[in-house]
Amino acid sequence: MEPTSKIHIENLNVFAGKQQILNDINIEIPRNKITVIMGPSGCGKTTLLKCMNRLTDLYPELKVTGKVIINNKNVLDASEDIVKLRQYMGLLSQRPYPLPMNIYNNIAFGMKLKDVKKRRDLHKQVVHYLQQANLWDEVKNRLREPASRLSIGQQQRLCLARGLAVNPEIILADEPTSALDPISSQYIEEKFVELKNDYTIVLVTHILRQARRIADYVVFMYLGEVIEQGTVDEVFEHPRMEKTRQYLGGTFN
Amino acid sequence: MVIATYSILAILALIIFSIFAKGIKALSWEILTQVPKGGYYYGKGGGILNAILGSLSLASGATFLAFIIGLPVALYINVFLIRQKKVVILIRFILDLVWGIPSIVYGAFGFSMMIFLGIQTSLLAGMLTVTLFILPIMIRSMDEILRTVPIGLSEAAYSLGSNKSELAFKIFTRQTVSGIITAILLSFGRAIGDAASVLFTAGYTDNLPNSLMEPVATLPLSIFFQLSSPVPAVQDRAYASALVLTIIILLVSLFSRGLGKRYHKTKINF
Repeated sequence: MEPTSKIHIENLNVFAGKQQILNDINIEIPRNKITVIMGPSGCGKTTLLKCMNRLTDLYPELKVTGKVIINNKNVLDASEDIVKLRQYMGLLSQRPYPLPMNIYNNIAFGMKLKDVKKRRDLHKQVVHYLQQANLWDEVKNRLREPASRLSIGQQQRLCLARGLAVNPEIILADEPTSALDPISSQYIEEKFVELKNDYTIVLVTHILRQARRIADYVVFMYLGEVIEQGTVDEVFEHPRMEKTRQYLGGTFN
Repeated sequence: MVIATYSILAILALIIFSIFAKGIKALSWEILTQVPKGGYYYGKGGGILNAILGSLSLASGATFLAFIIGLPVALYINVFLIRQKKVVILIRFILDLVWGIPSIVYGAFGFSMMIFLGIQTSLLAGMLTVTLFILPIMIRSMDEILRTVPIGLSEAAYSLGSNKSELAFKIFTRQTVSGIITAILLSFGRAIGDAASVLFTAGYTDNLPNSLMEPVATLPLSIFFQLSSPVPAVQDRAYASALVLTIIILLVSLFSRGLGKRYHKTKINF
C-alpha cells in the first residue's frame, strides 16, 4: 500500500442475488485529495461508496467480497468493530436526513456518542462546527427548533456540520449537491476544496463540470467496472479508454 | 357496489344511532358515579362506576405492559434483524396469525395458566391475558410505523458512530413518536372493548377496583349482565354503558387520528 493512499480497495466484488453490481474494483484513494467517482446512473458509484463504510450491511440482498483497507484495517472484515471504523468517515448523502431532534442536538448527537463531554465544551464545539458549515448565522437564534424545519440547503449544511463534528478523517459524499440550489451547491463545492487540507474526500457525482472543477483524482466507472482512473488532467485531457472519451464527449449510449 | 357501500353505512349508522337513542335515556349522573347497589340488576339504583374504572385500569395496565414488551420487539425486528429477511417475514407472519386468534381463546389460555399458577380471577390475571391478546396488535402496528423510517436516516446515524441500540432507541423511536402513540391508543381501544378475554380471567364484581389480586368489573361484561336482566329499565342501562364504552373508544380513536395526521405532516416536511 502506498503511503500516500488513504483508502485501498482491492478485488472488491458486490453481488445482488445473481447480478453482479461491482466487478473486481481496485482503487487507491489518495490522502488529502478530492477523489471523484463519476459515471452514468446505475454504474455502481453509490454502492462503491457504501462499501467504504460498510453501509452495505443495511441491504440484505448485497453480498460483498474483497478488501477495503483504511488505516491498516479491513472495513469489510466482520471481526472489525465497524461502529468505531465508521467514525473515521463522515457521510453526506444525496438528500439530507436530519436526525429527528433539534438543530443543536443534530450536531451534538455524534459527539455525545463518541465521548461524554462537558456541557460547555459541547456547546463550543457545536458553535464551531455550525460556523464551519457556514450555518451559524442562520440558526443561532433557533438552535432548539426541529432540524426538519430548515430548508433543504440548510439541512445539507447541517449534515456536513454534524459529519465534521465527529472529527472524521475521510468524508464520503454521495451526489451531495443533487438536491440543492446552485448557490448551496457552489458553497458545498468550495467547502470541499477548503476541507481537503484536513480530510480525504471521496465524492460521487454524475455532474462532469463539478468533477472537473474540484477533483484531484478521478475514477470513471461504467456498468460496475472501473474503466479508468487517474489525476483529473490525465482523465479529462488525455483519456486512454474509448468509453471515457465517449462519456466526456457526451456521445455515450 | 353502491348498494353494498350505502347499505353497510346505513347499518353501521343504525347501530350507533340505537346505542345513542337507547343509551342517552338511561344515562345519568348516578350511573356514571355510583357502584351497583343491591338489586341493581333487577332495577334498583346505582351505577356502573365499578365497570368504568375497572375497564380503564385493566386496559391501561395491559396497554402499558404490552407497550414495554412490544416496543423492544418491534425495534429488534426493524433494526437488528434487517439482514435476516426470512426471519422477519416469519415473525410478521406469526404475529399476523396470532392477531387473528379470537379473544375467547386468549381467555381460555389465560384461565388455564391461572389454574396452573394457582391465581384466582383478578385484575392481574385479566390484565396479563389482555396483554397477551393485544401484544400482536401493538407489535405489528409499531412495526408498520418503524418500517417507514427511511434507510438514509439509519445510514446517517451509523455514519455518526451510533450502534444498533442507539439507532433503535434514540433515532427510530423519536422519528416515529406520534405513530407509536397511535399504536398504543389503537391497542388500548382493543383492550377496553373486549369481553371474552376477561370473562374467565378478570371475573366481575360490584366493587370498585382496589387490588391487583381481586376480581374487577369491566364495561363489556357489565353490558352483558345488564342486557341479560329481564327488567327493561336495566336493559336500557346496558345501552347507557355501551354508550360510555363507545364514547371512550371514540375519544381514543379521534385522539390517535389527530396524532396520526400530525405524524404525516412532520414526515413529509422536508
